[in-house]
Amino acid sequence: MPPVIAVENISKSYRLGSIGGSSFREEFSKGWKNLFRHSAPPAQEFWALKEIHFSIQEGEILGIVGRNGAGKSTLLKILSRVTAPTSGVVKIKGRIASLLEVGTGFHPELSGRDNIFLNGAILGMSKAEIRRKFDEIVAFSEISDFIDTPVKRYSSGMYVRLAFAVAAHLESEILIVDEVLAVGDAQFQKKCLGKIGEITSKEKRTVLFVSHHLESVRKLCNTALLLQNGKLITHGTVDQVLQTFLNEPTETHSSTFIRYPEKPLDQFHLQKIELLDEQGELKRTLQTWDYVRFRITFHSPRPLKSGAVNFHLNTPSGTRLLLASNSPEQSFTLNYREGTNQIDCVLSKLMLAAGHYLIGASLAVPNIECLYDGVDHALIEVQSKDIYDSGLAPHSHRALIPMDCHWELP
Amino acid sequence: MAQSPPPPHPNEPVEWTTIIGAHQGSWDWRLSELWNCRDLISLFVWRDFVSVYKQTILGPAWHLLQPLLTTLTFTFIFGKIALFSTGGVPPFLFYLSGTILWSFFSNCLLKTSNTFLSNSGLLSKVYFHRLSIPISTLFSTLIAFAIQFSLFLLVWIYFCFHENSIHPSLALLAAPVAILMIAGYALAGGIIVSAVTTRYRDLSIAIAFGVQLLMFLTPVIYPLSSVPSENQWIISLNPLTPIFELFRFSFFGGTPCSLLALGFSFFLLLLLLTVGLALFSRIEKTFMDTI
Repeated sequence: MPPVIAVENISKSYRLGSIGGSSFREEFSKGWKNLFRHSAPPAQEFWALKEIHFSIQEGEILGIVGRNGAGKSTLLKILSRVTAPTSGVVKIKGRIASLLEVGTGFHPELSGRDNIFLNGAILGMSKAEIRRKFDEIVAFSEISDFIDTPVKRYSSGMYVRLAFAVAAHLESEILIVDEVLAVGDAQFQKKCLGKIGEITSKEKRTVLFVSHHLESVRKLCNTALLLQNGKLITHGTVDQVLQTFLNEPTETHSSTFIRYPEKPLDQFHLQKIELLDEQGELKRTLQTWDYVRFRITFHSPRPLKSGAVNFHLNTPSGTRLLLASNSPEQSFTLNYREGTNQIDCVLSKLMLAAGHYLIGASLAVPNIECLYDGVDHALIEVQSKDIYDSGLAPHSHRALIPMDCHWELP
Repeated sequence: MAQSPPPPHPNEPVEWTTIIGAHQGSWDWRLSELWNCRDLISLFVWRDFVSVYKQTILGPAWHLLQPLLTTLTFTFIFGKIALFSTGGVPPFLFYLSGTILWSFFSNCLLKTSNTFLSNSGLLSKVYFHRLSIPISTLFSTLIAFAIQFSLFLLVWIYFCFHENSIHPSLALLAAPVAILMIAGYALAGGIIVSAVTTRYRDLSIAIAFGVQLLMFLTPVIYPLSSVPSENQWIISLNPLTPIFELFRFSFFGGTPCSLLALGFSFFLLLLLLTVGLALFSRIEKTFMDTI
């Protein structure tokens, strides 16, 4: 089968530090030279992608997986032509539509009807095409009663429905979907996934899909691609690749020390999460029923009185097992300092069977504002421990939570 | 752990429709691709036009009120107090012609110069030919201008019947040329500024201020003929001067503007458009990384 996308040795570098030169004159002369020359090598650079080479066949539904900072979003941005690669070439056959965000270009003052046309055109549909599909889009969005109301009066759920309905009816041969389905209620998410599956099975469309929700990648995709630190690790069937991903030993993260990519200092963000033992030493391994102290280090651009840190723990398929908030639930006051802050979330007994889990933390002003969304999960591994002294350690493929129980005769 | 990557795709001939590469430099304009964006451009124009006056009572009537009120103020200040010469043209008509053409130029220039900054959210998520945005801005300001221009025409026709000094002539054919050249200058200036402001925000501040000053160096509220001859060269250096003179000449007659100056202005316009498109196509592929 012929390839529809051929990615040939794509690399992308970003300049680190401030953008702009030391003096206007220097910048001006450099810019003048650049006008007639190809791009100049940047001073200090960071390679978000390094020599990525692969091709996608027609009808392939490809899941792109990898940790934070692995280069997934950069790859999607290049494929959807939002930014250009530093070197290398991408060849595409057919129309390509990308859905990196729901409701791109929605205008709040315009009605739902008007926004269907506007958004459709932004995503690459012609007016005639939108007119033809209009009724279908409205029906899919389930908001036909509000179609003439300005979208600024919509609830966020209605907004997402309408936006996805437009995107789902794109007639492109290739569809690129970023983590957009993370918004919206569960039922609608299912409907969207179903719609994507339906289009692809019926129309032979090629789909590229990025999600942290490994279960939906497994369900939807037939092949997958694993990125790590900007490099392509493997490209194969979805089960194979997910297996590799979950077993991947990493250079930058050990299972007990998670470092987050650097972010601008004017944003709230996580810097690292460390897993410590009773003595405050970094744990080497994490086992079922261990005492563990999750030390969360984050950056705050300004002081903040009584902020919240929400620590959460999910299964790789996205089921939430723990959500701990210092405030308001547990009434533990934390005042953010400007700069680096630390707080420990202590679990005196880790009730998890051996296996892989995702952890993350978000920052918020309790009940008011989300400061950092915490969607970038990190993978940790719980190793088996023979808690019953029987040689049969609990494992997550049997049951997730080995509660402290024993047997007695009444 | 790493499995061997799948074999590179076979080298069979494939009809690629899109090839995305690194920088293709300053001369990769892809203007034919812009034609495929015509539906998008028309929707952008429609959106700009419709959304501005949502939740207003007067709606599009504002397009008429703005030049009318400006013209009345100018007629009062410059015509009755400062006693500026209008070269024999009725002051109201004279100031109206200057006001509508200048506000077309300045609105279009200022709006297109914000192309990247005010649309960065949209541009970072989806690809379409980036020139769609400045072009649609040009068209939506052109529509506003058309409304104001028809007001001007009505007033002009009224004066044709009631004033001996004004007669329609073949010179009217020059008016569209003047309007197109003004549109060209606004677009060229706008895309140059928009490309540079992705790295240096200074320019977006300077341009708003500069346009105000430029109005006084352009014959908007006075005819070139009323400028003392020893200072006329300063105003004549401005490439917009012959265009405004041409626009007035086509409706009011009088001394025609110098063809040499007009030719020079036209040449400069082509140069600016070329530089603008070159800068724009350099910046459009990677501006997301610097904005």
